[in-house]
Amino acid sequence: MDENNKKTRRKFLDRGLKLGVAGVLGGIGLSKLSAKFAPDDKAPTGETMELMTTDGTIVEIDTSEVMEVEHHHHYSMDYNVREGIPNRKFVMVVDLAKCKNALKCQQSCNKNHYITGDNAWLKVYKMQESADTAPYWLPTMCQHCDKPACVTVCPVDATFKREDGLVLIDNERCIGCRFCMAACPYSTRVFNWGDPGQEVTLNMDMTGVEPTPEYAGRPSLKGTVDKCDFCPHMVKEGELPHCVTACPNGVFYFGDKYEDTVTNGEETLRLSKLLEDKAGYRLLESLGTEPSVYYLPPVDRLVDFEEGMSEFKEFESVEKPSEE
Amino acid sequence: MKKFDDIVSDLAPREFGKTGLAWIGFLVVLVILGIVAYADQVIQGQKVTNMRDYALWGIYISNFVFFVATSFVGSATVAILRLTNNSWRTPLVRIAEIITLACIVMAGITITIDMARPDRVMNLFIHARLQSPITWDIIIIPTFIVISLLMLYFPLLPDFALMKKHFETSKPRLSRWYGRLSLKWTGSSAQKALHSRSIMVLSVLILIAGVMLQTIDAWLFSTTYRTGWDSSAFAPYFISGAFVAGIGALVTVIYIVRRTRKLEEYITEGHFDKMGKLLTLACIIYLYFNINEYVIPFFTAKKGEDAHLESLLTGHYAGLFWFVTLAGLVLPIFLLLFKKGRKPLPMFFIGIVVVIGSWWKRYIIITPTLLEPFMPIQGVPESWRTYFPSAHEWIITIATLAMALLIITLLVRFLPAVPVQRTADEMETKAEASLKKIAS
Ligand code: SF4
Ligand code: SF4
Ligand code: SF4
Repeated sequence: MDENNKKTRRKFLDRGLKLGVAGVLGGIGLSKLSAKFAPDDKAPTGETMELMTTDGTIVEIDTSEVMEVEHHHHYSMDYNVREGIPNRKFVMVVDLAKCKNALKCQQSCNKNHYITGDNAWLKVYKMQESADTAPYWLPTMCQHCDKPACVTVCPVDATFKREDGLVLIDNERCIGCRFCMAACPYSTRVFNWGDPGQEVTLNMDMTGVEPTPEYAGRPSLKGTVDKCDFCPHMVKEGELPHCVTACPNGVFYFGDKYEDTVTNGEETLRLSKLLEDKAGYRLLESLGTEPSVYYLPPVDRLVDFEEGMSEFKEFESVEKPSEE
Repeated sequence: MKKFDDIVSDLAPREFGKTGLAWIGFLVVLVILGIVAYADQVIQGQKVTNMRDYALWGIYISNFVFFVATSFVGSATVAILRLTNNSWRTPLVRIAEIITLACIVMAGITITIDMARPDRVMNLFIHARLQSPITWDIIIIPTFIVISLLMLYFPLLPDFALMKKHFETSKPRLSRWYGRLSLKWTGSSAQKALHSRSIMVLSVLILIAGVMLQTIDAWLFSTTYRTGWDSSAFAPYFISGAFVAGIGALVTVIYIVRRTRKLEEYITEGHFDKMGKLLTLACIIYLYFNINEYVIPFFTAKKGEDAHLESLLTGHYAGLFWFVTLAGLVLPIFLLLFKKGRKPLPMFFIGIVVVIGSWWKRYIIITPTLLEPFMPIQGVPESWRTYFPSAHEWIITIATLAMALLIITLLVRFLPAVPVQRTADEMETKAEASLKKIAS
């Protein structure tokens, strides 16, 4: 069963990486996002080489990519984890018109963040505002609010806001008062009520891993809070968050507000234009939390809402390995 | 008129009788059970509670809020009685201050019980952040403990000196302790002047600190966006609620002390009558804020508030809500309007109902709101949609209540629960005229 589990994860990573590389080769997507890292936007040489990923998978990569990765690595070293990557402001756009509750995002997030509890960080809600309006699927994660209620109330600065927009948690400092959970209007925070037991259920090996707020869930700690971290561990390597690459329908766009670009791995778009054209909005705007996640309304839908019902589970968001 | 020595021996602490010892034993057993349950909670984590990601706070927090509210009795009696120099306060204030001390200490312990990582409690000081209401709690609770300790201790000085003399031959060891605690009190006029000035300063301090404490407590909730907490009137709502809880507790404890120590001569029916009026006043003010909190939104409610109100008025929590409102608030007002209702025994029962009502009131403030978030509750086990405390939570919470009662009992056992010197002085100066007045 464990073997099975590993295989699926590997397969996923493999696919995610290929998706990413494909984006680069097309001259769109990732390369745009990482333009900051490699200003002279090299054209792909067409030459490829084989590399082994940290996961042990062999992948084929264009040689022009190799330099860039080294560059990121250097870059990622010289900023303060509590201050964030300088001159960036990360945002996400979720296109509700495309979401059909495939739940690949959730599965990918659960897997890559080693979630063992009963409550996923990324939820896809079945929404219907009133009897007369059409139902739709609403994926939510931490909204990385610019005026985060959770940060205001935390007594020990365990949850903090960075200049690049991210709201992260230092689970080595959290005292488990759950005030942040009471304060968050998006119900996005998840508590480790007992021992997360990742070593046992997920066969997770933590040797040599340096825990950091930039990689939530690795490991999760008993009596502390977890939530979506916007995947800075991926972003600083020039990759997209797990949920973005996992979505088969291109629902999630991730990007930088200062650069005014967002990408879902397939297409890169101007953020401002996208929001304007598609009447983007934010959740519970009236509260004044100023989220970093924008939503495009579920209009002109290409997908059938009913299709998503087969995946819909009212009482489960984290698949238990033993039930696979 | 009573002789001074009689007064002293009437009011001096007494050893426990059989019931007293049984009572102590009972409380100790409850506390030990609670400690065992808490140890288990620390080992296993809070999964032993029935709190989950939606009902993320439970009875630990509502119990905490209850303790904080009840601790207001010291400030309230001081405000109303000491500062306005009401002479009928004399037999009441000390017990009020004992309740205050016990409750605020237990409030501090209860909030720590709710922390999932008590091993990191030092982070609250190392990484303290001023914008969090919890940090203010961390500042105000110890401050309030210190002030209420002094508020209990200072007026006791003359009594300690008296007790030292009283027990000199019968219990020399106890007498020596009283002597040490009396800090060389002789009763000289210089000492007396300093004494009453310090008590005045403390009275003002405890009033300010008490109001701040209740306000900060209210901000714990109103700094969130939650439906039902997001109210600008939460601080006065909490203060008036604290009045009710505190005076309810005071009536109850005073009745028991009066009966077990046979102090009918000192704590008279007249005292109960006046406390009854005070309690009515407190209940009426609180009722007013309740109307503000529940009836006004009824007319203007947004969708979320509507659901919240519905669950309280007719839904899942309706039973509790109406018990808390009718039995804990409306009925006392009604009963206390009659002179018969303000007699000691009816007052005792009213006091108990008011205290129980106050406890559940805090539960009603916290739980329903948490279970009505803005986003729908989906993708979590069905049991997470409701909350009722687990056995661990009950055992631990009952232990904290038992511990508060234990502290009160022990303080009443070893301290003169009614100020001796003051009572004697008053009786002397006012002689029979005032005696009659108090008794009428
Ligand atoms: S969505 Fe909630 S947890 Fe995330 S930043 Fe906003 S308030 Fe904090
Ligand atoms: S639970 Fe942890 S992160 Fe949340 S407010 Fe408390 S200390 Fe801060
Ligand atoms: S950004 Fe990362 S942590 Fe957040 S939902 Fe997506 S995969 Fe999960």
